[in-house]
Amino acid sequence: MSIKFKNVSYIYNPGSPLEAVGLDDLSFELEEGKFIALVGHTGSGKSTLMQHFNALLKPSSGEIEIAGYKITPETSNKGLKGLRQKVSLVFQFPEAQLFESTVLRDIEYGPKNFGFSDEEAEKVARKWLEKVGLKADVAEKSPFDLSGGQMRRVAIAGVMAYEPDIICLDEPAAGLDPQGRIEMMELFKQYQAEGHTVILVTHNMDDVADYADDVLVMEHGQLIKHDVPREVFKDRDWLFKHHLSEPHSSLFADKLGKAGFVIKQPLTINELADEIAARLKGVPHE
Amino acid sequence: MSKIIIGRYLPGSTFVYRVDPRAKLLTTFYFIIMIFLATNWQGYLAITIFGLAAVVATGLKAKVFWDGVKPMIWLILFTALMQTFFMAGGTTYWHWWIFTLSSEGIINGIYVFLRFSLIILVSTVMTVTTKPLEIADAMEWILKPLKLFKVNVGMISLVISIALRFVPTLFDQTVKIMNAQRSRGADFNDGGLIKRAKSVVPMLVPLFIDSLEVALDLSTAMESRGYKGSEGRTRYRILTWSKVDLVPLFYCIILTILMVTTRML
Repeated sequence: MSIKFKNVSYIYNPGSPLEAVGLDDLSFELEEGKFIALVGHTGSGKSTLMQHFNALLKPSSGEIEIAGYKITPETSNKGLKGLRQKVSLVFQFPEAQLFESTVLRDIEYGPKNFGFSDEEAEKVARKWLEKVGLKADVAEKSPFDLSGGQMRRVAIAGVMAYEPDIICLDEPAAGLDPQGRIEMMELFKQYQAEGHTVILVTHNMDDVADYADDVLVMEHGQLIKHDVPREVFKDRDWLFKHHLSEPHSSLFADKLGKAGFVIKQPLTINELADEIAARLKGVPHE
Repeated sequence: MSKIIIGRYLPGSTFVYRVDPRAKLLTTFYFIIMIFLATNWQGYLAITIFGLAAVVATGLKAKVFWDGVKPMIWLILFTALMQTFFMAGGTTYWHWWIFTLSSEGIINGIYVFLRFSLIILVSTVMTVTTKPLEIADAMEWILKPLKLFKVNVGMISLVISIALRFVPTLFDQTVKIMNAQRSRGADFNDGGLIKRAKSVVPMLVPLFIDSLEVALDLSTAMESRGYKGSEGRTRYRILTWSKVDLVPLFYCIILTILMVTTRML
């Protein structure tokens, strides 16, 4: 199965003086089970696109196929629960969605909405509390007594607890400390490796280089590139023209090159180390 | 990105937009008082022409004003029909149980309909052509005399300005939280009354917490920039009277003369 967008457009406030194009004739196909990165600067339409994945927004024209559902402008708002159980979104700063009296109950909210029994809900809640790296003793605490980083983890656990087939995360690691960032990214990578689709909306090109299999680049509501990370990051002038940054490894290699130490453009830090080692000793780094 | 604007202000450039917000606010109030001076068809004709003149002067599409009237249309029609069917007088055309259809009733029904519609239309003229912050400034100016009674007008206007400023922020936050909870399987439009009331909790709790946080942040930001009450502060937006403001003044004078004259007919 795959996620298909066919000529999808979205217009904000159609027919009013505030009319604005959110998405402009998007067509693409994503393979399920992959780690997909969605990049583009603020206002490029990433958030608008994201909300189409589980029909929070419906296209003004065009057609979407996702998780066995077909979404068209005529799709009714009723009966979308099944879709939302399969395709879930984690918005930016998801800690703003916490509301329950205890951490455990907050994580159970989603599973219970999707028909899990009380026991099942508690089971998955405890499981995901541990998976996001929190100790079992926070379960009975109020989510509002936790630190910002812990709240973020609780909120993410609250979405992952019902194990959607497709999860789309908007800057899930923004504001976390470096260690926390790596832990969360590894958690998503592992989730994908277990057979789910992960769509990551991000500005962090290092994460794109390190984790993504496939990249969608948005600008002014249009899809301007859809390729693997290596191809996307290959053309420095193109990136510069579209105000996109490069992974640090690639920037570092560029600086080395300018200083006379020319190596092949790497994608990740590991590749960079390999290239440098190979160039220095003629032996691969390991 | 925020796609909404506070209130119902729509950008435009006709002279109505250039009229001082104080003049617009006062003219709107004055117009509403004038409506109640109309007692005969000549009076209603005059006030309707004046009301429509203001609408046309904005240069905006009729739909904008229709959108203003639309939410109230049933209330207006209901009240107008009440007047029509319960008022007796003149020639009676039809009578059944407590309902009467008479010439006086029909005329009064039309008057009530006009009165309501005109009030909404002129208020719409003001709200779509004046930025909410300008309205707040104008209100502060109008409240100024209350200073004599030791009312802290500056503080009141600060409260109004901050409230207006945070309407879109809170609106965005509400949409965001609703979307997040919908993604977690919440259904805000399904089930009976109790179920619906319960479904609001996951939206309201985060919204309250967020508002408190925003309020605390704002007060910290204001204090760290030296805010110590509004006494003696100068303003960023200064309202100045200009020649354009003579238009609403003459508008009011001519309207008054007409209304008083029609009453004497």
